[in-house]
Amino acid sequence: MAIYELPEWTALGPALILAVTALALFAFDSISPRSTNRQLLAGTAVAGSLTSLGVAVWFTVAGVGTPTADGGNGVIDPTHGFVVDQLALYFMIIVAVVTALIVVASYDYLVDHAYQAEYYSLVILAATGMSLMAAADSLVTILIALELASLPSYALVAILKDNRGSVEAGLKYFLIGSLSSAIFIYGISLVYGATGHLELAAIAEVVSGETEAGSGHDITEMGGLLGLGILMLIGGFAFKTASVPFHFWAPEAYEGAPAPISAFLSSASKAAGFVVLFRVFTEAFPLGEIGAVIGFDWTVAFIVLAIVTMTLGNFAAATQDSVKRMLAYSSIGHAGYALIGLAGLTADGGELVMGAAMMHLLVYGFMNTGAFLFVALAEHWGVGRTFEDYNGLAAQAPVACAAMAVFMFSLAGIPPFGGFFSKYFLFVGALEAATASTAMLVVAAVLVINSALSLYYYSRLVKAIWIEDPPATRDRLAQPTGLYAAIIVAAVMTIVILPGFGPVVDAALDAAGAVVG
Amino acid sequence: MMIEALIAVALIGALVTFVAPNRVAGKLAFAISLVPAAISLWLFATFDGSGNALLEGTLAFESQYEWIQLGEYSISWFVGLDGISLPLVVLTTVLTSLAIMSSWTPIDERESQFYGLVLFIEANLIGVFVALDFFLWFIFWEAVLIPMYLLIGVWGGPRRKYAAIKFFVYTNVASLLMFGAFIALVFGLGDAVTSFALPEVADAMVNGEGIQQTLFGLEPTTLASLVFVAMFIGFAVKVPVVPFHTWLPDAHVEAPTPASVLLAGVLLKMGTYALLRFNFTMFPEQVETYAIPIAAIAVISVIYGAMLALAQTDLKRIVAYSSVSSMGYVILGLIAYTQFGVGGATFQMVSHGLISGLMFMAVGVIYNATHTRLVTDMSGMADRMPVAVGILIAGAFGYMGLPLMSGFAAEYFIFFGAFGADFDYAPIFTGLAMFGIVLVAGYLLFALQRAVFGPYSLETDYEVSRAPLHDLAPMFVLLGLIIALGVAPDLIFDMITDAVDPILEGGDS
Repeated sequence: MAIYELPEWTALGPALILAVTALALFAFDSISPRSTNRQLLAGTAVAGSLTSLGVAVWFTVAGVGTPTADGGNGVIDPTHGFVVDQLALYFMIIVAVVTALIVVASYDYLVDHAYQAEYYSLVILAATGMSLMAAADSLVTILIALELASLPSYALVAILKDNRGSVEAGLKYFLIGSLSSAIFIYGISLVYGATGHLELAAIAEVVSGETEAGSGHDITEMGGLLGLGILMLIGGFAFKTASVPFHFWAPEAYEGAPAPISAFLSSASKAAGFVVLFRVFTEAFPLGEIGAVIGFDWTVAFIVLAIVTMTLGNFAAATQDSVKRMLAYSSIGHAGYALIGLAGLTADGGELVMGAAMMHLLVYGFMNTGAFLFVALAEHWGVGRTFEDYNGLAAQAPVACAAMAVFMFSLAGIPPFGGFFSKYFLFVGALEAATASTAMLVVAAVLVINSALSLYYYSRLVKAIWIEDPPATRDRLAQPTGLYAAIIVAAVMTIVILPGFGPVVDAALDAAGAVVG
Repeated sequence: MMIEALIAVALIGALVTFVAPNRVAGKLAFAISLVPAAISLWLFATFDGSGNALLEGTLAFESQYEWIQLGEYSISWFVGLDGISLPLVVLTTVLTSLAIMSSWTPIDERESQFYGLVLFIEANLIGVFVALDFFLWFIFWEAVLIPMYLLIGVWGGPRRKYAAIKFFVYTNVASLLMFGAFIALVFGLGDAVTSFALPEVADAMVNGEGIQQTLFGLEPTTLASLVFVAMFIGFAVKVPVVPFHTWLPDAHVEAPTPASVLLAGVLLKMGTYALLRFNFTMFPEQVETYAIPIAAIAVISVIYGAMLALAQTDLKRIVAYSSVSSMGYVILGLIAYTQFGVGGATFQMVSHGLISGLMFMAVGVIYNATHTRLVTDMSGMADRMPVAVGILIAGAFGYMGLPLMSGFAAEYFIFFGAFGADFDYAPIFTGLAMFGIVLVAGYLLFALQRAVFGPYSLETDYEVSRAPLHDLAPMFVLLGLIIALGVAPDLIFDMITDAVDPILEGGDS
């Protein structure tokens, strides 16, 4: 195919385009530091993220990274430490989509804001890191990509410098992030100590006994060390994906951050965390062999984490008064759903359940981003933060509120929206896995119970904006173009993804097939 | 492609209406709704299907496209019509147009959103009746709930919030139960099915070997019974039958008139239609096993619903409870499992849709003028609103089963079919149910006598004037249809029995 005539490094195109865009924004900022040319800045960021999206979609459709006719696996290895396969491209698409949406929405949100160029370049820089996370396949590149995504995020959360909540949230996010990074790095060093390798494939060879550990020891003697390292890695990922036990930063950070940044963190950043999680655990610690080395299957850990994360997220969300906090906890709940993708893996399969988790992350990228952007719109209107403050918004802004109803019902997993299918497939995947391990039956049951519970608090918001009467004194609500456009696109995609679910399923199963089975 | 056009027009119309200015929304929605109505009448005129859609019948206007392939199962866009679904589609489109016209008077805020949601409901209701793939069907089925929830919740009466949430919770929990049961059924069938297409599942259940797999430690026969019962309960909530009926009076009373019309006219039929398509087509053995309890539920619904109606003083509540009673007849006809029983039940779905729609409109018109629905508050309304009251009386006689109106034909078919049913004590159950007719006459005549006859008086301070023409016109159309079906039931009964017969033959083999 024509695509192979390009040099191999271009396979990382989606991430590189984001990097170039970020640098261009920096360059502009250094030439003209006080500029508030919003059109130019936002336009550059939008163009960059859309190009990245286009290239990622093009590569996916062109079949980059799929098995080739001559029997090779087709994975492109552009440079040491990065691979481009269908998994990487799939998540690059999610990152690019969410980035484009929130950049468009930020155009209105940042009116009168002093740090325009900084904002956009930090967002695109973080997106670059997330995009690279999707392709990283060595613990070192993973760490670097992860930090590249995290450091701009800390700054973005705190970018409303005069707002106490924003600064406090940024500080908390930074402290917990640093702690989890430290744990993550310590985990990497333990894994390195036990196996002598940092590349995922090389670690897998040591674990399965094909090659000797770097230290010359038999790997089975190092089982405890490796097991501890793996647990610490899980800790690091739990932070990035906002899962238990490192979830508690999420409500604070999301609430304090500007709402588009909350959308960015809870959709793109979470998806990026999951792609690394998926890749590391399936590639470096193959399920068939790891049990013999460290004495337990890591799926057990994920079964427990999935159950606890789902339940905690949903129960906490049900008790919130602030809409943003509710969405933050619901985001934790959805991390729990996505964890089922790892919990349901078995030594010889699990493509379906992992593919379902990926579908859910894609749909989530639209519906959750849209929901947070609606909150951004509400902040732009200045109506307040609680459910009661949202009362009767639909009477004044029916289109945006219809979109919000779509997001809420889709998050709850009700047809006819995208969230229904992805959640259903997760359920079926969990049931399929239950034939191998009965614990997955519990996971499936907890999934259903949590979905039912989630309908309560999501529909509570729909009730507030649609059914409750608006307060007597509320000014006319403006219709900012960028925010509206982003929200409507997200809503349309949440619905259109349903008839278009065939290709999504194929792409997600291909992506899962790249690392499983 | 005509079915796709039908749904697409309603959906696009819903979007257009939703963003249209409030003052033109009502007229615009009505104009748009005439298109699906015309298409469905054209479908009716050129219908060339035969047999049952699920049991190897020839489908009319069929189309099927692969949608999703996941593991061993495929999901497709699969629609088509047979003699059971076509009359219900026509009922939906016609009733929607009339309901839209009847809301011009009572709906006076957020009109564009209201009419947009009504057209959105229409699209999904059509979808429910034409879809032949379980997933597709389920999506339409659920998509009806959200707009109805909003119609009740936003434009409803004083207790609208409670009524809306009750409606939503009841029907959603029921859907979950039914959904789980159907998925268990498909998995239980194992390799016999490779898709969620309803004809394939029905074929595996009726002509194939049925459920063969042991699922979660449940034996195949136990699983089949559990699925049957779970699906029955899931649909029974929607119908509704006693004891799952309590959401209905609340929803009806609080809902604005047009929503009541659609709720009673079409939404309740979703439940009985689904019962017929799923339980009574796919599980002939379980129908036989559970005949007596189901017949008992039917009779209790008929009698208890009528007695509840007898105790009401709110006109709308009376009509609402009478729906419980009428739906009991449908269940009785279904469980009879004879040509006249099942055919009559389907006929009753259409007939009751028309009659209850008419009744809710008439009550709505009176309420628009008097701002009360309590029979104790008014007297001699015939004096001030002769036309509207005349139609109300005509509708009441339709309910009571006056010959030459569709209600008579429907009830006659059902009783005739139920007397000849195979299960034990069938004549006794039928005899008990027939007593319901007496009660219907009782509560309707009692209410009419107090509210519309006698000297005029009204407790509220409103000047009662004659209803405008656009309030009355939809009722005349409905009355015409009711009489047409009463005089010539074969207009639809032939195609219904043609589609019903294969179900019964499947049951005998």
